[in-house]
Amino acid sequence: MVREYTVYGNDFVRAGEVSGKIKTILKGLGYPPEMIRRAAITTYEAEMNMVIHADGGRVRASFSPEEVVLVFADQGPGIADLNLAMQAGWSTASETARQLGFGGGMGLPNIRRYSDALDIDTKVGTGTTLTITIRPGGRNL
Amino acid sequence: MKILEMRELLAARTYACPDRTREDVAAAAASDMLSDVLAMGGAPDVLITGLLNPQVIRTAVLMDARCVVFVRGKVPGPAIVELAEESGVCVLGTDMPMYQVCGVLHAHGLAAAR
Repeated sequence: MVREYTVYGNDFVRAGEVSGKIKTILKGLGYPPEMIRRAAITTYEAEMNMVIHADGGRVRASFSPEEVVLVFADQGPGIADLNLAMQAGWSTASETARQLGFGGGMGLPNIRRYSDALDIDTKVGTGTTLTITIRPGGRNL
Repeated sequence: MKILEMRELLAARTYACPDRTREDVAAAAASDMLSDVLAMGGAPDVLITGLLNPQVIRTAVLMDARCVVFVRGKVPGPAIVELAEESGVCVLGTDMPMYQVCGVLHAHGLAAAR
């Protein structure tokens, strides 16, 4: 089963809606709670990244019994220094994002920590695509 | 501990889902940084925060928390209350600062979420 969603840039009211929809599907399909929690954390962080940094983007979620693959593709500014972006606490987020409780530089580190596989394809000026894989019985919280 | 007891201990007001105050809660997380709450990765029943925006409710829902406590006298606006009602998240507000809220609840058996 595949579902696609649009994330809207700088819309801090709707931010998190897509993650909520994906979580509802995961619950409905009966995935284990620990996996659902990890998927919820990673999708929410990736969605917030799109809202904060990339003026939105598209999300494609594929569900199978073995794994859930979540692809977050944006046409934002790209990540200039991926090593820095993967460091906890490093951030280029706006003051608005920080006031909302995000932009603390935990986005990508959280995604890496709670996913079973993470691929980042990014190019400055072109955009970023995150491919996140979550498996039942993967990393425990 | 029941949310009702927590409300009494904190002299708190109920802003959303008063019907859920009879439910039990066992563990909490406290932060003004939602990314930090997500980073903790545990399963909090209660989210304690001084941050006041709808993302707090979305974070609570995504973490399966059933109650949010706003500290330092913060009063949630209609957008927050509406989202909480829709999502079934009980919302309390207390005048106590976060440190005191955590101390009181921890002393009465509410554990740190793991």
